[in-house]
Amino acid sequence: MIRVQGLCKTFGRQVVLRGLNLEVATAEIMVVIGRSGGGKSVLLKHLIGLLRPDAGAILVDGTDITRLRRSALDQIRARFGVVFQGGALFDSMSVFDNVAFPLREKSRLGAAEIRERVEEKLGQVGLDGMADKNPAEISGGMRKRVAIARALITEPEVVFFDEPTTGLDPILVNTIHHLIVEMHQKLRFTAVMVSHEIPEIFRIADRVAVLHNGAIIESGDPDAVQTSRNPIVQQFIHGDIEGATPKRQPSVGAQA
Amino acid sequence: MTESATTPSWPLPLRPLEAIGRGALDVVQALGRFGRFFGQATVYAVIPPFKLGRLMERIQFIGFRSLTIVILTGTFTGMVLGLQVFQTLSRVGSEAFLGPAVALSLIRELGPVLCGVFVTGLAGSALTAEIGIMRITEQIDALTVMALNPWRYLVAPALVAGVITFPLMTAIFDVVGIAGGYVVGVGLMGLSPGTYFGQMQTFVGWSDLTMGFWKAISFGIIVPWVCTYKGFHCGHGAEGVARATTQAVVLASVVILVWDYFLGSVLQ
Repeated sequence: MIRVQGLCKTFGRQVVLRGLNLEVATAEIMVVIGRSGGGKSVLLKHLIGLLRPDAGAILVDGTDITRLRRSALDQIRARFGVVFQGGALFDSMSVFDNVAFPLREKSRLGAAEIRERVEEKLGQVGLDGMADKNPAEISGGMRKRVAIARALITEPEVVFFDEPTTGLDPILVNTIHHLIVEMHQKLRFTAVMVSHEIPEIFRIADRVAVLHNGAIIESGDPDAVQTSRNPIVQQFIHGDIEGATPKRQPSVGAQA
Repeated sequence: MTESATTPSWPLPLRPLEAIGRGALDVVQALGRFGRFFGQATVYAVIPPFKLGRLMERIQFIGFRSLTIVILTGTFTGMVLGLQVFQTLSRVGSEAFLGPAVALSLIRELGPVLCGVFVTGLAGSALTAEIGIMRITEQIDALTVMALNPWRYLVAPALVAGVITFPLMTAIFDVVGIAGGYVVGVGLMGLSPGTYFGQMQTFVGWSDLTMGFWKAISFGIIVPWVCTYKGFHCGHGAEGVARATTQAVVLASVVILVWDYFLGSVLQ
């Protein structure tokens, strides 16, 4: 369903993506893993049309979204849901209004039906009774769940998750992962997730791709990636300080 | 990134030239972005669907919340004008012209300019900070991927609200300023009320009012344009938002003064 071909992106003098290729099948959970600053978020921003590549193509059901005008791209985006790293909830709105927002703006549903759907979705993500709270009044884990509810409220065909469990404790990480799997089984959307959570993601992914140095160096089912002979993959999975990739200082600037 | 591709550096003697060229290109690009931003916002301000709810909220945000400061500063501006102009006019025995002097100063220049600058400091800075925070917390990206246009949703309502509220606030500033001048001239300095207002009717013409009106409208475009642009293009983190807010206030205030001069020259 989604095919990325030869994606290249450079910011100033920094090459972030170097001819990246990736395929995501319909209704699967694809998790992209890789070191911080390796280009995962940049890849995701290309997939949702927030960035245009220097070269390469992103085919969604055969349509290259990198060449579409805004209006045509918006039609494709209407089939997407996105869960941002920090949730990206509108802090001027309540939890209810955040989740209802896409329906109010993009559908012709009446107020009663919107209320029914939002309450149902909040119930599915375990946030009954939280509708009137503001995002600032709820915990980080709850904010992630609100973001998931908002992304799923329009019943999208493809959902992108940008490190949905960053900054959460291990129990909340598993709670969010469990929620994603549950929602995926119920709604059968295609999921593309960028994550650092190893080994947890191996339990939820249908396929895993390892991004290193701007390119996918390994992809396959979780078992295949875990048993890969690629020393870079093994070093990353095991978190070894010494290994095939050089030590470096934490990256600064753009989240890449 | 683990590795970075580097473009070839220029020979050492030519690097200052390269830096000047790069700087000039950056300025041209920034001006282009600035102009295009305004163009996009204008298009979405005049082409439906309109976000009337957002417009009302922006009118409240820019106009109503600035009302207290406009009334306060307008009153004291008029009082200061009344005091200084009265003392100057009394040296040449022309105290009778206090009313027209205060009214013309406020209506033609001080009303629109000071109102613009004060509203920039109050509502403009808040506008930049709000949009800047939305930018760094990916709320603007969220709007975009929901296939909602951020210009239509965030910028166009602010622009229209500016055009509506600035002339109204300027009118209020002028009225309370003239009242402030009256308090000083009539109440403290002993000028007769008839002289204060009678001479004003003689000297203040329709062209003075329209000049103030056009200035207020143009500042109502400039302030939201500059402030939303700076918020949209703010840097990373809290520091980026803080810098963008400062830049927005300074730039909008400078543009107000420069534009005031040009408009004043044209509308003489």
